Amino acid sequence: MAAKISYADVETGAELPAQSFPVTRATLVEYAGASGDFNPIHWNEKFAKEVGLPDVIAHGMFTMAEAIRVVTDWVGDPAAVVEYGVRFTKPVVVPNDDEGAVIEVSAKVAAKLDDEARTVRVDLVAKSAGQKVLGMSRAVVKLA
Amino acid sequence: MALDQSFVGRTYPATDPYEVGREKIREFAEAIGDANPVYTDAEAAKAMGHPDVIAPPTFVFAITFKAARQVIRDPQLGLDYSRVVHGDQKFAYTRPVRAGDRLTVTSTIESIKSLAGNDVLAVRGEVHDQSGEHVVTAHTMLVARAAEEA
Repeated sequence: MAAKISYADVETGAELPAQSFPVTRATLVEYAGASGDFNPIHWNEKFAKEVGLPDVIAHGMFTMAEAIRVVTDWVGDPAAVVEYGVRFTKPVVVPNDDEGAVIEVSAKVAAKLDDEARTVRVDLVAKSAGQKVLGMSRAVVKLA
Repeated sequence: MALDQSFVGRTYPATDPYEVGREKIREFAEAIGDANPVYTDAEAAKAMGHPDVIAPPTFVFAITFKAARQVIRDPQLGLDYSRVVHGDQKFAYTRPVRAGDRLTVTSTIESIKSLAGNDVLAVRGEVHDQSGEHVVTAHTMLVARAAEEA
């Protein structure tokens, strides 16, 4: 395990560098192939609308995968993530244009959990089009 | 229609092993746009103390969700699969998934609740490698939305 961040150097309330992640229809097709989740609500506009969605939506697991990058980029080694959980509160709607949507992720150290294990809890906020798309988004991270 | 509470605690047989390949990890990392070399470069992974490339934290969902389908599509349980949405997801890691792992998943129904006519199903997937070592536990909460009123 090679976390870049030292537990001793981290204070509760410290903000991690925020990031924005673009997502287009092409991104969703690529993610569908990589993840094996071919649910048509993630690529077929007609189908998505038939089941009551405003448009094609991103996979919740795609949003979850992007959000944790704020933590893994900060800490260096993704193996430092000991726990990670989210609630899917709102879908990320992805229009069929060149812009698509943007997932904006911010995070802060909410608590130092264990001095011996050097673990902290990081709380994440993920938004798209001004709406919170993940709730209760938290990771436990083991620092150096 | 509320689901049968007697299914709570039911454990399904372990899945056949899923062999994690380097190229599948690369494909996943590229799909999420993550250029961390620990996902694609074995030397970079070794520099961080890993025996081979590791997978991004959420990669394992593809494997645990496939296993959870045993539960979701259990005809005896009778969940309306067309109305299922993903509510919550949580992972608790013992170690990261890495290339060369042969992973099996054992799924257990943790709880069944009825909330405002929706069926809420919590499934725990325990993931072990070929030597029986625990890798990760996936907690998946699924919501089967109530059928629309006629």
